[in-house]
Amino acid sequence: MKYVDEFRDPIKAKALLKEINQIADGLAEKLNRPVFIMEVCGGHTHSIFRYGIENMLPPSIELIHGPGCPVCVLPRGRVDDCVFIAEQENVIFTTFGDAIRVPGSKKSLMEARANGADVRMVYSPLDALSIAKKNPDKEVVFFGLGFETTMPSTAFTVLKAEADGLKNFSLFCNHITIIPTIKAVLDSPDLQLDGFLGPGHVSMVIGNQPYEFIAKNYHRPVVVAGFEPLDILQSLWMVLKQLQTGEARIENQYNRIVPEYGNKMALDAISKVFELRQFFEWRGLGSIDHSGVQLKQDYAAFDAEKKFAIANVTIADPKSCQCGEVLKGAIKPWQCKVFGKACTPETPVGALMVSSEGACAAYYLYGGDRIDAIQINDVVEEVSL
Amino acid sequence: MNLAENILDVEASIEPIDLRSRHGKLVSSIITLAHGGGGKAMRDLIDDVFIDAFSNSALNTLEDQARFLLTDLAKHGDRLAMTTDSYVIDPIFFPGGDIGKLAICGTVNDLAVGGAIPLYLTCAMIIEEGMEVTTLRKIVQSMADTAKAAGVFIVTGDTKVVERGSCDKIFINTTGIGVIHKNYQLGVHKAQANDHILVNGFLGDHGAAILDARGEMNLSTQIQSDCAPLHDLIQTLLKAAPNTRFIRDATRGGIASVLNEIADASKCAIEIQETSTPIRTEVKGFCEILGLDPLYLANEGKLVAVVPANEVEAALAAMCAHPLGHDAADIGQVLENGRAGRVHMQTSFGGKRIVDMLVGEQLPRIC
Repeated sequence: MKYVDEFRDPIKAKALLKEINQIADGLAEKLNRPVFIMEVCGGHTHSIFRYGIENMLPPSIELIHGPGCPVCVLPRGRVDDCVFIAEQENVIFTTFGDAIRVPGSKKSLMEARANGADVRMVYSPLDALSIAKKNPDKEVVFFGLGFETTMPSTAFTVLKAEADGLKNFSLFCNHITIIPTIKAVLDSPDLQLDGFLGPGHVSMVIGNQPYEFIAKNYHRPVVVAGFEPLDILQSLWMVLKQLQTGEARIENQYNRIVPEYGNKMALDAISKVFELRQFFEWRGLGSIDHSGVQLKQDYAAFDAEKKFAIANVTIADPKSCQCGEVLKGAIKPWQCKVFGKACTPETPVGALMVSSEGACAAYYLYGGDRIDAIQINDVVEEVSL
Repeated sequence: MNLAENILDVEASIEPIDLRSRHGKLVSSIITLAHGGGGKAMRDLIDDVFIDAFSNSALNTLEDQARFLLTDLAKHGDRLAMTTDSYVIDPIFFPGGDIGKLAICGTVNDLAVGGAIPLYLTCAMIIEEGMEVTTLRKIVQSMADTAKAAGVFIVTGDTKVVERGSCDKIFINTTGIGVIHKNYQLGVHKAQANDHILVNGFLGDHGAAILDARGEMNLSTQIQSDCAPLHDLIQTLLKAAPNTRFIRDATRGGIASVLNEIADASKCAIEIQETSTPIRTEVKGFCEILGLDPLYLANEGKLVAVVPANEVEAALAAMCAHPLGHDAADIGQVLENGRAGRVHMQTSFGGKRIVDMLVGEQLPRIC
């Protein structure tokens, strides 16, 4: 396939891997431990497993799978709010596909649908707008979810709903923003991290500038990376090269997509419609200041949080669930107490097991030799809630 | 035995009976609850739409059951094969087929992969009131044409009409009977180390065509469903490779599910090669955009065969010479060692990943 196969060339991969091995081995010897590199974005986690990249890397590199899967970091309380809205009379609740299975404290949206709620999967927020136009006697709620990647399309949809004079469309906004979260990860005391693969699609919107503080204040290199396997290998190589020379800069490997200063039109739409929340709750990471956005007062008419009396309560993760530690890279997915026992893709306890971008689901499904070597205890642990 | 001989033989095994006049009886242009009510309207529907299209001597008797001579069945082999499947699909007409064609092919294939020659099918329909009679005729004609081409007879049936909203346009159940030749003993538990995994062509076409036909993605593709009856291809394959261990059609859950079932039942590890696995560029592109994996997409005209190494060449040559197998490929092997029940794929990129059973349905990713 044109423009795809070029980025999956095994011969180029071999050449890159040879250099990666060499540099990483040298660095690991100096550090007396493996080099730890975090891919922030869930899309990268998915690619890494899908193409078997983790198994191609030398033991001198360890990848830490970061918090960049919006489905995975959605707290249970917010899923409960979704279910609450979806179960109201005369509501059509629209959502992206992979959010539909995320467990709340009582049920998921999929279970709510089975119980009779009108929950519909859409591929774009504009689809929700069309549904609203076709069903003027129903309130159509769109479940806005994702980082800066999906934020602009939601913003444009709200602007279009306003321009079209729609009264029966609203947004349940759960959009989150990446920078405060990376900062929270960097400030966490149990962190061991040498560099980052920056999120390509988020950066397509926000550009490279917002990452400068990582290099300046924390002295860690960041390489904004694409999602094809060669993109990932090349980006790893670029991070290693910086580490080798003791540098810490922001580099852009994904320059075929990511402009230095981002996408002005998208950023304008975001700032027109959204404002930062005081704080937002993340599953596994807790509350992070200014890490979420909400609709501005001017757009309150489209705000589902104002239209519906949602509980908005924080519901703690199940005690046995260690998603937070996995997200921060403190433990590997298989070191979690419930991994592969009580928590599987069929019966996820933690959100990291739900989406194919979640590190745990990726390990469970695509695991490879490292997982094969681990004996998963057959005893099913009681999940204490 | 070729297909024409098969048809003659099958027809001969049914007790002959006079036909009754049936044309032009149905006057209504839409299906109403009356057409499922057991009275004259239902009889007119059956006569005019079903009997007219499916016409054969077993069906035309209009008894509550079809009757066959055991002695005639026994000519085909030593075991009966029986299967049933219900067809619910949205949309009911899609590029490359429709629910009627699917209802014949699906059941024919479920018989055929056991090595059976499919002979007789039943047809039970649940129709939502309000369906246009012309739409129903189109579906029934498609079933009749597909059955005729496949050399099978629809010998008995049932019709129910339900209130609007109680079903989605039309649900069809077909049950099939076939006969297995005494030489064929296929089994999912029979895969052995060094056996090869063959497929008869491009994978994922049906799943992609249906998703696209729903029109929700606003993509314009040329992808057609691969819906086709596979029994003739399978008999050809079995003649060329009589020690074939196992065959299954890779429907819902795609080839990933079939491979996992084989690895599980045969307590073996299977490795497939991404570079050898035939997937159309359009289907690959479709999956790239939506974040789907073609290994899990449904097929309706594709089989997975486990063939011993010394018969692979003959099996591939036979399949490639058949119109439904010219893109057949050898995609992998049963490993000598490796964890039992595990399927993995060597990626074209040079990595290795596990191919597990699908959990739930495949959902498009956010970004």
